[in-house]
Amino acid sequence: MIEVRDLWVDLGDFVLRGANLDISAGEYFVILGPTGAGKTVLLESMAGLYPLKRGRIWLGGREVTGLQPEKRGISIVYQDQMLFPHLTVRDNITFGLKIRKDSPAEMEATLAWLSELLGIDHLLDRKPDTLSGGEKQKIALARALSVRPRLLLLDEPLSALDPNSREVLQRELKRLHEQYRVTTVHVTHDFEEAIALADRVAVIGDGAIQQIGTPEQIFRQPGSEFVARFAMVRNIFLGEVRSDESEGALFEVDGVRLAVVTEHHGRCHASLRPEDIIVSHAPFPSSARNSFAGTITGVSDKGSTLLLTINVPPDFVCLVTRNSFEAMELSVGRQVYITFKASAVNIF
Amino acid sequence: MLKEWVRSNKLTLTFILLGAVIFLFIIVPLFRMIFASDPDILRETLFDPEVTKAILLTLYTALIATGVGFVLGVPLAYLLARHEFRGKRIVEGLIDVPIVVPHTAAGIALLFVFGRNFLAGRAFDAVGIHFVDSTAGIVVAMLFVSVPFLIDSAKEGFKKVDVRLEKVARTLGASPWQTFFKISFPLAWRSILSGNIMMWARGISEFGAVIILAYHPMIAPTLIYERFETYGLTYSRPVAVLLILISLIIFVVLRTLVKGGRKGD
Repeated sequence: MIEVRDLWVDLGDFVLRGANLDISAGEYFVILGPTGAGKTVLLESMAGLYPLKRGRIWLGGREVTGLQPEKRGISIVYQDQMLFPHLTVRDNITFGLKIRKDSPAEMEATLAWLSELLGIDHLLDRKPDTLSGGEKQKIALARALSVRPRLLLLDEPLSALDPNSREVLQRELKRLHEQYRVTTVHVTHDFEEAIALADRVAVIGDGAIQQIGTPEQIFRQPGSEFVARFAMVRNIFLGEVRSDESEGALFEVDGVRLAVVTEHHGRCHASLRPEDIIVSHAPFPSSARNSFAGTITGVSDKGSTLLLTINVPPDFVCLVTRNSFEAMELSVGRQVYITFKASAVNIF
Repeated sequence: MLKEWVRSNKLTLTFILLGAVIFLFIIVPLFRMIFASDPDILRETLFDPEVTKAILLTLYTALIATGVGFVLGVPLAYLLARHEFRGKRIVEGLIDVPIVVPHTAAGIALLFVFGRNFLAGRAFDAVGIHFVDSTAGIVVAMLFVSVPFLIDSAKEGFKKVDVRLEKVARTLGASPWQTFFKISFPLAWRSILSGNIMMWARGISEFGAVIILAYHPMIAPTLIYERFETYGLTYSRPVAVLLILISLIIFVVLRTLVKGGRKGD
């Protein structure tokens, strides 16, 4: 669908060197990288909004390298929305349709479709500055989708939002993509956002693409120290959230049920920081709702701390200090208990 | 209590005193002139055909200059707001030169280009436009000294329009022209409009450059000067008062319009 070959982008103090990407039709592709890694510029160069130093881009088999942005059929949504402040929401959404001279009937149909899709019917006559961040982002999405782009570019679309709207919009993005399968390239610095949404992830840093793979590949087998640093949260599980009348939300993975706090349902990821897990010899009575028996299957020495791999199953990675490790006489093969609070588990 | 307040607001008090001095310095001469005028003489002046003609000519030529400045200056302002190039600072500095040179000197400089025996003067002469002692000369003089205000204001206006708004418009199918006219220009409109008003005001008040290039036909500032030179204070004052009043009314109205529009956003 979209092919990027040997792309060089010059940002003055930073150069992205020889980027290659192959993104298939209908894919949700996430580019993950630290702030200042040139992610925005990478998107803008795909859209033809930023001059290339070198490289070629194909879209649907046609080379678009030298093509004007208005002829590419690529829409972009920025982190801070960039709604046209002098136009109403309706005129923002229909901007591209008016440019290409859609008939009023066609325009109404598109508007109705998008209003329904994103639940923005009541906002159409408002001006952008009266909207909340989440609402603005929905309008920006509607505007980008209105022209039925072949490729949708999302530049940190969730980063400027408060945690609540962020969660809502993330779910919305996922649902939208499952429904319409618009080929999407989404850049973010947020690891969990990448894993929650992506079919595939490309990690960029130090001026190059470090690794490309499915989310599972990225966090199970980080290909470099750089990627591993990004995957700081060591415990990431893919499972199912169920609500239980008596016990609240439960996250089920490999037959184990973790008590969690979440509004999500169905297939989700859960993450748990290694330092949030308490290791003990005996079951540990406390307010923490999760306690499991397991066997130590690996020890990785980090100096003053150690990372233990404890098989329940699944495998949990737990952080202990050297002092505790020695005092508790822990070693591979020992049976231990792990305990953590339901609120320490992040569902996404 | 008061003592306490004075002590904790020394800076504000000092600044109020200093500010009041300069404020009075500005308004006292204007108000004294307006209120010391005999209403009868003022009415008489108002119906003096020479005066009306001069005032209308002033407003008209300044308007033409503003129009020319708008058509030629706004594109330049946009270029300066959007592009980086070698020597940009120099270009920006040169644009502001007319503001800082003595306006009589500006007039002489213009004469060297638009005089009948010089470059542009000869070219325009061929199509029947003359600049010396003509309306066209007045326009040229006003344009020269006042267009920097428009260019600077428009440039600031364009700079405030996030370039990504234009980028979004492009991805939605708009050509560079459509993007300019539907996004950049409307969003910078307030600054452009206030630049236009500034430019027109500056044009109306221009004297130095105009008398060098075109003493005749007489614009109001020239008429005031001539009456002052020939007949003295008594006869020049009513004309001055009229010009001040008219300018004041126009700018109060225009400023209210600009402000009112902003509130409606």
